[in-house]
Amino acid sequence: MLVIEFVLDGRSKTNTYLQLVEQVKQALRVGLLGPGDQLPKVRDVAQSLAINPNTVLKAYRELEIEGLAQGRPGVGTFVTRTLAGDSLANQADLRLEFLAWLRKAQAAGLTDEDVSALVDTTIRAVRQADALQGGFS
Amino acid sequence: MEHVLEADNLGKRYGGRWALRDCTLRLPAGRVAALVGPNGVGKSTLLHLAVGLLRPDAGAVRVFGAAPYENTAVLAEIGFVAQDTPVYRDFTADELVRMGGKVNRRWDATLARARLAQLGIPPRRPVGRLSGGQRAQVALALALAKRPRLLLLLDEPVASLDPLARRDFLQSLMGSVAETGTTVLLSSHILADLERACDHLVVLQDGKVRLSGDVDDIVAEHRQLVGPRHLPLDGVGTVVRARHTDRQSTLLVRTDRPLRDPSWTEHELSLEDLILAYLADRDTPANHEAWGVPA
Repeated sequence: MLVIEFVLDGRSKTNTYLQLVEQVKQALRVGLLGPGDQLPKVRDVAQSLAINPNTVLKAYRELEIEGLAQGRPGVGTFVTRTLAGDSLANQADLRLEFLAWLRKAQAAGLTDEDVSALVDTTIRAVRQADALQGGFS
Repeated sequence: MEHVLEADNLGKRYGGRWALRDCTLRLPAGRVAALVGPNGVGKSTLLHLAVGLLRPDAGAVRVFGAAPYENTAVLAEIGFVAQDTPVYRDFTADELVRMGGKVNRRWDATLARARLAQLGIPPRRPVGRLSGGQRAQVALALALAKRPRLLLLLDEPVASLDPLARRDFLQSLMGSVAETGTTVLLSSHILADLERACDHLVVLQDGKVRLSGDVDDIVAEHRQLVGPRHLPLDGVGTVVRARHTDRQSTLLVRTDRPLRDPSWTEHELSLEDLILAYLADRDTPANHEAWGVPA
């Protein structure tokens, strides 16, 4: 049974293999994929997207390293963990808090683009601070 | 790492002109490699040397460790689809599949027929009367029927075809690479196709290898830097190309270290931009005088 089908964003600057990884994660988050599901066969993905099979293998290896999937030699790659569940349940509170914040931002005159830019730069700043604290130089 | 194709200072001369010179490269097994360069740069010469159709005038080329011109046995391991997919145009696809069985030691006719049936290729029409895309698929199916360990494709046989036929061809190619693990060397002008299909890159220019290696590594190592003119260049890495205005410098650099000088703004490059930057880096002087126009 074919569970998901990959698509590529031709304009995206993101590496093809990372696009595949992200699509699997997204499917895990929303519950489209769950433990035990088989990911599309490497050959089928390579053929349908006309991409290098090594790119697909690299994506699946990345998912294995992150503990989300496991390869069974000669059979295929299977999902071992979900990203939905716990985090989804806890999201309701976060969503409410975020909604309140969003209303404040709108009241302050921020457009959607302003909000996105603020979120992006804040995430980047936090990451940078974390990296520096981790002794990264 | 096993190397399928090795060239050392390889050269080929036509009369007094070197079509290929000092060509040194290694193609690791299991890769899909793109061979890129302007017309007349020696791509087809390199591939013809690799399949033993030409004899080197300098240096050496080895395929699976053997020199193809002297060791015809190694040719059984190589599939070759030449420019414009030449097949005997009066023969039908079915006849070509049967003929292949008579002239090759290893021949998987079942595989060829299954591929062609899957693609809906008419078996009993002369291939000269098939569409260009169908003819390219026939040539690929015949090359794959040898079950080659190295597949060479010259000027991506479908480069002249419509986008749909080209996509069909690349899909077939990638599907069979996934099945067989064949190493592929593909020369092409269509850079956008290469970015997805290839994981190894060889850039030829003026008969020499300008750049060669793993695509992800190459993309990660190159950056475009924009900054004020006259900044010191130490610490930015190897400058591949530099352009200047009165106030600003734009550099293409190759480096494995993060940039320390914050006066530079970094931009990432796509594989296509990068290849174009390398290929554009040659001196063709303007000739306003010859055209009789003011400079």
